[in-house]
Amino acid sequence: MLKEALQNKLDYEELANCMRCGFCQPACPTFRETGYEAASPRGRIALMKAVTDGVMEPDQDFVDQMNLCLGCRACEPVCPAGVPYGQLIEQTREAIEQVQEHPWYVRLVRKTAFTHLFPHQRRLNRLGGLLGFYQRSGLQTAVRKLGMMKILPKQLQEMEAIMPDASAKSLTDRLGATVIPAVGERKRRVGMFHGCIMDVLFQETNVNTVRLLAESGCEVVIATGQVCCGALHAHSGERETAKSLARQNIAAFQKAEVDLIISNAGGCGALLQEYDHLLHDDPEWQEQAKWFAGRVKDISEVLAMSVQPEAWNALPQRVTYQSSCHLRNGMKVTKEPVNLLQAIPGATYVPLKEGDRCCGSAGIYNLVQPEMSGSLLDEKMGHVASTQADILVTSNPGCLLQMKAGIKRAGLEDRMEAVHLVDLLARVQKKEAN
Amino acid sequence: MLSDAIVAELRAIVGEKHCMDRQEALVAYSYDATPMQQALPDVVVMPASTAEVQKVMQLASRHQIPIVTRGAGSNLCGGTIPVGGGIVMSLHRMNQIVEIDEQNLTITVQPGVRTVDIHQAVEAKGLFYPPDPGSMVISTIGGNIALNSGGLRGLKYGTTKDYVLGLEAVLPNGEVIRTGGKLMKDVAGYDLTKLLVGSEGTLAIITEAILKLIPKPTTQRVMLAMYADMEQAARSVSDIIANRIIPGTLEFLDQGTIRVVEDFKKIGLPTDVAAILLIGQDGEAEIVDRDMERISAICQKNQAVQIKVANTDEEADEVMTARRSALAALSRMRPTTILEDATVPRAQIAPMVAAIQEISDRFGLDICTFGHAGDGNLHPTCMTDARNHDEIERVEQAFEEIFAAAIDLGGTITGEHGVGIVKAPYLEWKVGAAGMEVMKGIKRAFDPHNLLNPGKMFAKESRNRVVVNRA
Repeated sequence: MLKEALQNKLDYEELANCMRCGFCQPACPTFRETGYEAASPRGRIALMKAVTDGVMEPDQDFVDQMNLCLGCRACEPVCPAGVPYGQLIEQTREAIEQVQEHPWYVRLVRKTAFTHLFPHQRRLNRLGGLLGFYQRSGLQTAVRKLGMMKILPKQLQEMEAIMPDASAKSLTDRLGATVIPAVGERKRRVGMFHGCIMDVLFQETNVNTVRLLAESGCEVVIATGQVCCGALHAHSGERETAKSLARQNIAAFQKAEVDLIISNAGGCGALLQEYDHLLHDDPEWQEQAKWFAGRVKDISEVLAMSVQPEAWNALPQRVTYQSSCHLRNGMKVTKEPVNLLQAIPGATYVPLKEGDRCCGSAGIYNLVQPEMSGSLLDEKMGHVASTQADILVTSNPGCLLQMKAGIKRAGLEDRMEAVHLVDLLARVQKKEAN
Repeated sequence: MLSDAIVAELRAIVGEKHCMDRQEALVAYSYDATPMQQALPDVVVMPASTAEVQKVMQLASRHQIPIVTRGAGSNLCGGTIPVGGGIVMSLHRMNQIVEIDEQNLTITVQPGVRTVDIHQAVEAKGLFYPPDPGSMVISTIGGNIALNSGGLRGLKYGTTKDYVLGLEAVLPNGEVIRTGGKLMKDVAGYDLTKLLVGSEGTLAIITEAILKLIPKPTTQRVMLAMYADMEQAARSVSDIIANRIIPGTLEFLDQGTIRVVEDFKKIGLPTDVAAILLIGQDGEAEIVDRDMERISAICQKNQAVQIKVANTDEEADEVMTARRSALAALSRMRPTTILEDATVPRAQIAPMVAAIQEISDRFGLDICTFGHAGDGNLHPTCMTDARNHDEIERVEQAFEEIFAAAIDLGGTITGEHGVGIVKAPYLEWKVGAAGMEVMKGIKRAFDPHNLLNPGKMFAKESRNRVVVNRA
């Protein structure tokens, strides 16, 4: 029964801490889109509380409303009472998942993805190999020519069209080492968290991250044994798997004896930083989880500590920045990416109107909630177009894919490109610095 | 429960999508920002025009169904809780700015426009709409008018009532009235505009408003003054006004609030001071600079232990942080935060703050006070837990005494939040039995069948006035 599952999972103290002031509402994308009280953080918390209190039965409307939430957590920084909404929505989704009877094909896809695929980097890389084969063998061209993509939903078609080249190699294979020495004086020893999807679809960004870290004086360890961060699991109600992934990651990085753990994906970083909360009911892992969580930093935080514009080539272009929600609202990193962009010689930084608002990517939200996601994306691209930027910078793989899809959808491919912050910085970094 | 036929009629009026009676919608429109108040409506409707509002009202009238009109649901008096069930009518779809008239300096708006959107729209044209209630980022102008909202600028610029020039409203019989206009002078009959402002949705449904605008002040500056003694802070406030200076903002935090804010924000506030005044002035640059100097001198004369005048925007931001974080800091302490708004003549602030402190101590509660020192509008804020019934009972008794103390000092039970449900039992203390009868008569004249927002403003029973022996 969903009701009992919710009563078990939901943190009632935190539900009670919501004082219903409504200050979360202007920050909430789904509320702004609909104007509907239930589609706001205050509304969703009221629904969770009503179910827990026995005022309402958790029916399909309830489940749908919880699924409509992007999980962007823009409501958290503006909440006077400090209610951890992100945790509440995850607890709710975990309860829903526990009792949900999925049709066999959804069960199969979820099982494959969450249990057999994301937790196993080698399998992901192998799949990346297949994807690479699909892209490079001419099969992709053939499929597109034959119009076979048309049988897929529009959102999937758009995603297929902008899918970057996948990599079959692991990051360590690619770099040929697990420890990359610092360039010049060694300031600190950092662990590179390479992520799962990131390392298949955006391995170039990972390679660039390692290079920039080394050049900023970090000795970089690609900790072996690290796995997917578990964010997609936690957001989709697969909390137990997320916990087991967290334990593996903690062990891997403790063994590597690093000062900091560096993420280049806001979505991963935010969960890594909350491993202590994820494992809060696991006394055996409490201390280690705190050790881990306290060391997690976004790449931009480390690079912003020692900006050296003289090591950068001029970039006579207009750049703008779309924040990753979990980087901003989860990790609370807001200034550093902008400071870095503003420091690029010759570049003109143009602030993006509502660049702090979710782009509608939100993990797999763009695939499961195409309507809401599409309308958020269209609004976003309107603001992006009016910046007249040449480069749209973001700092999370999901956002980057969504921005690429958005640029194509808005017909802006000839005018601008979407780039990860790290790749842009690697592009301007002078080669002789190597 | 409404019959299927009635719900079908409502659907036909506002459209399938904008009439909801599913559980989720009923729960979502069962509360506002008032702690411990909740009641489910039977149906939620979201009309898009005055004509639709009229049709819904006519139907409700025909079937004798209560209607609670609602904007953002950010009020603190239980003003939009559907205690008698029936229809909750959300006006958020009527959210157009109809016109900004730069000749007459007015703005015409639909009720669902957010207050902050009005600010931004008029300020872009160098104009100014001063009322700035704490909830302005979410509150709608319809709600502000219905509750006659105040804000930080009340002392110098007045409150919502001072800016409403004309209204369009739907009466309980379904007819539309238009009051006032783009007029600074209009004495044609009773002032129905002012009567509807603050009527809490009990007389008519406001569907459009004409608001007065003024030129936007060119310069703003702020400062902090800290005091070892509440009396000295209060005397500074009186002296500033006595010296014919009317500051744009004149806010204060008591020691309890300062400690909680410092604990939460770590901005370096001294936690041993008894009170902090936050003083701001706006206007022409020379006048603002001159006023700030004179205010500093007055604070100094009244033994302020520290004065910090902000010279840059960043410094101003730092200074404002203390006041802006007050509610956030207080609401993190305990699950339930009860924010009241007892108000006294500004010369009575020091005795009122002392009375609140004494009452809080006597009932063993955590009540901190901050608020608008300039206009005597205080926010005694109780940090408690709705689940602790024993404590909640003491909270109620304490607030009852706080209301009584305010009235004893020539004040009122509510300065800007409204009566709604939570202060209805105390209204008679302020307006008297004869006043109650006049108000009830007005209510009957507009709404003989008591369909609009029933259960608000008029309690079934008034509380007996507490008499406390304060020797």
